[in-house]
Amino acid sequence: MSQATLAIRRISGHAGPAPGAGVERAEQVCKLVDTTTCIGCKACEVACLEWNGYAFSQTTFNNSYQTMPTTSWNYWNLIKFNEHEREDGALMLLMRKDQCMHCAEPGCLAACPADGAIVQYTNGIVDFQQQNCIGCGYCVSGCPFDIPKFNSNTKKMFKCTLCSDRVSEGLEPACIKSCPTGCLHFGTKDDMTFLAEKRAQQLRENFGMEKAGVYDPQGVGGTGVIYVLHDVSNPEAYGGLPKDPYIPWVVQFWKGPAKWIGNLAMLGGIIGVTLHYLRFGPKQVNGWKHKEGGKP
Amino acid sequence: MNSSRRDFLKVTALGGSALSLLGFDLAPAYAQVRELKMARATETRSTCPYCSVSCGILIYTIGDKAKNVTPQVIHVEGDPDHPINRGTLCPKGASLEQDILNPRRLLKPQVRRPGSDHWEDISWDAAIDEIARWTKKSRDATFVAQDAQGRTVNRCEGIAFTGGCTDTNEFNYLVVKSMRSLGVCYLENQARV
Repeated sequence: MSQATLAIRRISGHAGPAPGAGVERAEQVCKLVDTTTCIGCKACEVACLEWNGYAFSQTTFNNSYQTMPTTSWNYWNLIKFNEHEREDGALMLLMRKDQCMHCAEPGCLAACPADGAIVQYTNGIVDFQQQNCIGCGYCVSGCPFDIPKFNSNTKKMFKCTLCSDRVSEGLEPACIKSCPTGCLHFGTKDDMTFLAEKRAQQLRENFGMEKAGVYDPQGVGGTGVIYVLHDVSNPEAYGGLPKDPYIPWVVQFWKGPAKWIGNLAMLGGIIGVTLHYLRFGPKQVNGWKHKEGGKP
Repeated sequence: MNSSRRDFLKVTALGGSALSLLGFDLAPAYAQVRELKMARATETRSTCPYCSVSCGILIYTIGDKAKNVTPQVIHVEGDPDHPINRGTLCPKGASLEQDILNPRRLLKPQVRRPGSDHWEDISWDAAIDEIARWTKKSRDATFVAQDAQGRTVNRCEGIAFTGGCTDTNEFNYLVVKSMRSLGVCYLENQARV
């Protein structure tokens, strides 16, 4: 059994706050993906598979350089290739590393009903604890990025762990280490944001990409994976990156107001029953009365 | 103060349920992460065998080199101290573990005969004999002792040789010596590609 542990900040399906949350301080870790320097070599895909011990899947050809249409339960990291027509009519390939975004306010964790199946560590990593997963798939409906994937053999959900095993030992994730062009960076959220902003400024000032910017959506509280995009006003062009991702309102209502409405209804029922008993006494059937200390 | 066993049980049950209602939580504050699979493995520095860039790699093998352990590769990643790649690898290099562990890895010499559509197994001895025989035959057939102007050239135009990027200096010295002695001019190395 593993001895490596990480302190929990948030926990799914848990009544009350996460025990011990806020006690320990840890740096927020973050991946920075500079899509302008990605060459689509897919070294990160291979390194991810190799580190996590998954077999190389049969790839599908779909008139694209993309390995397969989407990520899967045993393929957590996929470069999405998108042909994009620029305003001057030239074609360009937009390549984006698609993986779990490790949101600061994770929709999967909010939607999960199983106690402790999804946890957020104090360093910001959102991780699935498969031994607690009940395989209901609600995390899929909570995720705005379509990341959690179901393994039909084990009936559990899987996704990128941000190499929590490596990060907890002080190493960088496997994908980050392999990247030969240096388009992937890893560090604290502050440092990565600084680097990303600097790179975006460089693109705007020196490369004529007026719309270059940093993708760090605030709808999910910011993410643990941030992108530098050529055109931050159109993230959909990068293989369906949502412009303004948010946790679906059904999940928000279910995990927010609906819970309190339910609690109030339950409490109201108990109070009503008690008041009824005090006001009218026990129910009497046809004059039958319970006698103290004896048979009726 | 006298209290009966019944009272004691009542107080315990009430107190316990009150504590649990008020947020006394026995659930763990920590979650386990997967064990780092190379935590105590043996780390060996090597060079990627694929292309001419010759990236530095770290090969992790089970065991701590103790006498009774037969090491086996469990993980390969880039060497951060190597000046060429500084820890990075290309997709082919990132799959180097498969170079050793893949069941489809080629473990014995094979030959595809002229006009054949499949490879057949051949023993090392038979392979070396056959290479020697074909080398002799090709050299005898294509050896040029003098060119058209009657100058002595002593070259063998029917044979070419190519080497790999992980070939050592010593190996390449021997290759050049032996190939030049046959008169081979077409010496190439994958490291130039």
